[in-house]
Amino acid sequence: MTLLQLLRTYLAPYGRALLAVLALQIVQATAALYLPSLNAQIIDRGIATNDQAFIWSTGALMLVVTLLQGAFAVSAMYFGSRVSMGFGRDVRSAIFHTVTDFSAREMAVFGAPSLITRITNDVQQVQMLVLMTCTLLVAAPITAVGGVVMALQQDRVLSWILVVSVPALAVSMGLVISKMIPLFRRLQARIDALSRVLREQIVGIRVVRAFVREPNETERFDGVNVEVTGAALGAGRLMAAMFPLVGGILNLSSVAVLWIGGHRIQAGALSLGSLVAFLVYLVQILMAVMMATFIAVLAPRASVCADRIQEVLRTPSSVAAPTHPVREVHGRASLELRRVEFRYPGAESPVLSDISFTSRAGQTTAIIGSTGAGKSTLLGLVPRLLDVTSGSVLVDGVDVRQLDPDLLRGRLGLVPQQPYLFSGTVGSNLRYGKPDATDDELWEALEIAQAKDFVSAMQGGLDAKIEQGGVNVSGGQRQRLAIARALVRKPEMYLFDDSFSALDLATDARLRAALKPHTRKSTVLVVAQRVSTIIDADQILVLDDGQVMGKGTHAELLASCPTYVEIVASQQGQEGAAA
Amino acid sequence: MSGEGERRPSEAAPPVRQPLNERGGPRMGGNVAIPMERSKDFKGSMGRLVSQLGSERPKLLLVLALALVSVGCAVVGPKLLGRATDLVIAGVESARSGGPGVDFRGFAVLLAALVALYSTSALFQFAQGYILTGLVQRTVARMRGDVEAKLNRLPLKYVDGQPRGDLLSRVTNDIDNLAQTLQQSLSQLLTSSLTVLGVLGMMLSISPLLALVAVLTVPLSMVALRGIARRSKPRFVAQWRHTGELNAQVEEAFTGHAIVKAFGRQRETEERFRKMNDELYAASFGAQVISGTVMPAMMFLGNVGFVAIAVVGGLRVATGHISIGDVQAFIQYSRQFTQPITQVASMFNTLQSGVASAERVFELLDAQDQKPDEADAMNDSAPRGRVAFEHVSFSYAPEKRLIADLSLVAEPGQTVAIVGPTGAGKTTLVNLLMRFYELDGGTITLDGRNIAAMPRGALRANVGMVLQDTWLFGGTIWDNIAYGNPLATAEQVRSAARAAYVDRFVHAFPKGYETVIDEEAGNLSAGEKQLITIARAFVADRTILVLDEATSSVDTRTEVLVQSAMAALRKDRTSFVIAHRLSTIRDAHVILVMQDGAIVEQGNHRELLARGGAYAALYNSQFAGAIASVA
Repeated sequence: MTLLQLLRTYLAPYGRALLAVLALQIVQATAALYLPSLNAQIIDRGIATNDQAFIWSTGALMLVVTLLQGAFAVSAMYFGSRVSMGFGRDVRSAIFHTVTDFSAREMAVFGAPSLITRITNDVQQVQMLVLMTCTLLVAAPITAVGGVVMALQQDRVLSWILVVSVPALAVSMGLVISKMIPLFRRLQARIDALSRVLREQIVGIRVVRAFVREPNETERFDGVNVEVTGAALGAGRLMAAMFPLVGGILNLSSVAVLWIGGHRIQAGALSLGSLVAFLVYLVQILMAVMMATFIAVLAPRASVCADRIQEVLRTPSSVAAPTHPVREVHGRASLELRRVEFRYPGAESPVLSDISFTSRAGQTTAIIGSTGAGKSTLLGLVPRLLDVTSGSVLVDGVDVRQLDPDLLRGRLGLVPQQPYLFSGTVGSNLRYGKPDATDDELWEALEIAQAKDFVSAMQGGLDAKIEQGGVNVSGGQRQRLAIARALVRKPEMYLFDDSFSALDLATDARLRAALKPHTRKSTVLVVAQRVSTIIDADQILVLDDGQVMGKGTHAELLASCPTYVEIVASQQGQEGAAA
Repeated sequence: MSGEGERRPSEAAPPVRQPLNERGGPRMGGNVAIPMERSKDFKGSMGRLVSQLGSERPKLLLVLALALVSVGCAVVGPKLLGRATDLVIAGVESARSGGPGVDFRGFAVLLAALVALYSTSALFQFAQGYILTGLVQRTVARMRGDVEAKLNRLPLKYVDGQPRGDLLSRVTNDIDNLAQTLQQSLSQLLTSSLTVLGVLGMMLSISPLLALVAVLTVPLSMVALRGIARRSKPRFVAQWRHTGELNAQVEEAFTGHAIVKAFGRQRETEERFRKMNDELYAASFGAQVISGTVMPAMMFLGNVGFVAIAVVGGLRVATGHISIGDVQAFIQYSRQFTQPITQVASMFNTLQSGVASAERVFELLDAQDQKPDEADAMNDSAPRGRVAFEHVSFSYAPEKRLIADLSLVAEPGQTVAIVGPTGAGKTTLVNLLMRFYELDGGTITLDGRNIAAMPRGALRANVGMVLQDTWLFGGTIWDNIAYGNPLATAEQVRSAARAAYVDRFVHAFPKGYETVIDEEAGNLSAGEKQLITIARAFVADRTILVLDEATSSVDTRTEVLVQSAMAALRKDRTSFVIAHRLSTIRDAHVILVMQDGAIVEQGNHRELLARGGAYAALYNSQFAGAIASVA
């Protein structure tokens, strides 16, 4: 079972604390079990005969025991919390480390949202189980067994009642809860569906109104709303049954104890105090059984979470760091791809196949092609966001898989297709690739990226706040900041992944003009959609379905590559709109 | 880096984050505190929340009655148990003095009564819970319906002006939270308070003196509870804050994974995570330990009460004021007494958070509706499609005028293209034409009728629209196309799909048109999504067509094909086309060049090129080079 494996691995460092929890819980539970017998003595000998001295002394003893029990319970809680919270922290840490090592391939397989859920919610669930086990579950068998022993000591005959009521409670609780869990799962699924409908209505509000489909949307909503209400009713009513059920079994057992106990007292086989004590033990035992059932039912859920966690932890990164990295290279980051192929595991056809080209320092290589042609994948091979499945990528003649990753990445400046910005300030984002860059360097990069104007207009300039993902600036601004971020590094190789798409054409042109002197000595790889962006490139690679359809300059390709001609023609609109 | 199709339209709205994380992270059960969001006007909102239940008053009264009976029975139980004890003691004593011993007939009657009482109590408790669940869920369903209906009446100005995540959170998380609060707290609050009253009454009836002793322990436990809460609350708040921060950091690191790697920042990122992880550990550890002292403290105080009652009770028994059975009953009562009080106290936080959620929902429900539609003056004959803007002025924010005194006319069947830089007000024209926003000044007319006087639905029924921001709902591709016209025949849907080139890619999916588009439409590329929205407009078949960057995400080769279909679609329709790529609008009848909310140039392609102004400059920047080399 993966849950057990996960627990074994990550609880191992807490062996001593776990032992402490166990020891403390034994003492605590024993003390709790001792209390009812003191209680019985006070009634039997103290109150019945009004022995005030006895009441005082036994009462004092009782308080001392309570204090002791409390102290032990709190200590158990202390260690239990340490274990469970530490467990959660360690597992989160392990997942985070594993994911950080992932390549783009593993990221694509899991998806960022799923990984986020796993490291937050799933860990939380397992951690909760550990906490409940340490604080409640461990005590339950001790209390139950101890309670039975004590009950037997008070009266054997009465104890037969336990044989009936304990299984009755366990079974009925188990039944209710096992029914409840799928109900709650269904409820959650329906609530999610309802939220989805509402989210769609809000996000698509313009379309809904434009097509005058409000009544239709309301109908759709009403349907889901009825479903949610139905599921909530089912779950709520089952909940409503639970407490009366538990209470009923408890109370009926008590009455049975009284009835039999009365006869035993009449026969002189039992004292009144023992009867009262027995009643308390009965309650304690049944509560322990209830608790155990409850947690036992929680376990499957945590087990599913554990599976999902282990799945991440057991996935090795497809991009392994070299064992003997090359730490020194000579050259100015010239790039060579040799018969490169890349395919996702299990995929029928490769994303890229048989791609070869060379790009030297000072050269610009452009990659053009329709969506899905494999352009971004190709770019990702250079910084080893992905590794080739055959062939090789060489920088200055060394296979990137042999290079020290820090050395490799230190020489690159990547501007990704989705220009992700981190929460912080404009400055902190620009310094992301070069923490010690001066303000002047930042402004210089901003100027080239055509971002100087809007950054100086932002409140605080370089200190202006950037929200997570950069959602508080427009798409075009985000793209320009991402370009500036790469420029600050002054890398030897630039990788632009469709980085100019959100810019209007005039800005695009100005930016490229400003960029040119700056990248004169660098190797530049540009992925683009617009022909105008790449028209001056030293070589253009035309990709279609992962294959090179043509390679050459703009003029050469116009003469030789039909796919390229189609692309150019489509962007000129000569036949376009008129056709 | 694998999904190339997921290019986000440039000015798209911010991505909606996981709603759960919007306010402090996922919901957790047990004694982990709920995010401490305080209500502004607890009493008022609570009252309003309860008044939502008002329409079910008879049922509410029934629930109250059932709870009264159930709690009443439960409360009398210990008293009868005490009587049974007394009966046994009396029997033992009489046996000792040679009497008949325990009166088992009376004993049996008592126990039978007890069984009856407990069963009644359990049954009524169940009935109460059952009915209350129905009541609460129906009320919540009604409130959800109100919220949904409200969404249809809200002006877009309100919707656009709110952070989208916040709005979503109100209609989903807050309503859920409220439902849970009502479901959990209402029943508990009811039974707990009734129990406290009932127990107090029973205690007083047995012995006012002992009752006083028992009540004295209550303030003690209150003080203890408050003391613990004061210490644990800031730690729970810290735990939630750190959870939120950690989640944000994880989200950032995982979403920006490629950047973290490409810029060689793994070590720093992991270091930062480790620090936050440690902080979260420390905070949740502290919160857990301190809240773990509640139970032992209550237990200790409960036993203090027990000893006190035993002492005083022993004295009273000796003086013959009460029986041993009564003392025993009393001990049970004193235990029943503190428990519901503790429960109510601990429920207060849940209640606070629930009421805060209710407040946020009410705030939404109280937002001003859009101006109601004027009664439909005359039901129109088929519109011809002449659209005129006359001296229109408009601004989103009063201090920043966007459009001032803008006039334009689109004759029936004409294509009007609008070009200009981002922020020039192009999309605003669409917002005004569709009456998503109301004018500040001037009028817009359709076939001579002021659109402000038309019912919104009637106006919009004339317009087909394709937006840059592609919106598809979670359903099949077929349903999404048919969305444009609920009365469309299967053949109409299919031919629209063919015209918009949806038919071409749809067969690549195993289920074809029955392919379900998931929430984020991850299985479709941005371009494919856009083609579906175009097909949707084809199906709608309206007199006026609005195309706002309708093909911005479609790759240029497919675009050429779609453009020809669009040209066919635009025929005989009045069309407004907004485009970045000038190639797509060369044959428009009128091209409007907008800058800063004003039309700076107007004419057809040839005229504007000849003028050599803003349009010519824009055009040349796009086609410099490419034209020369091909032509």
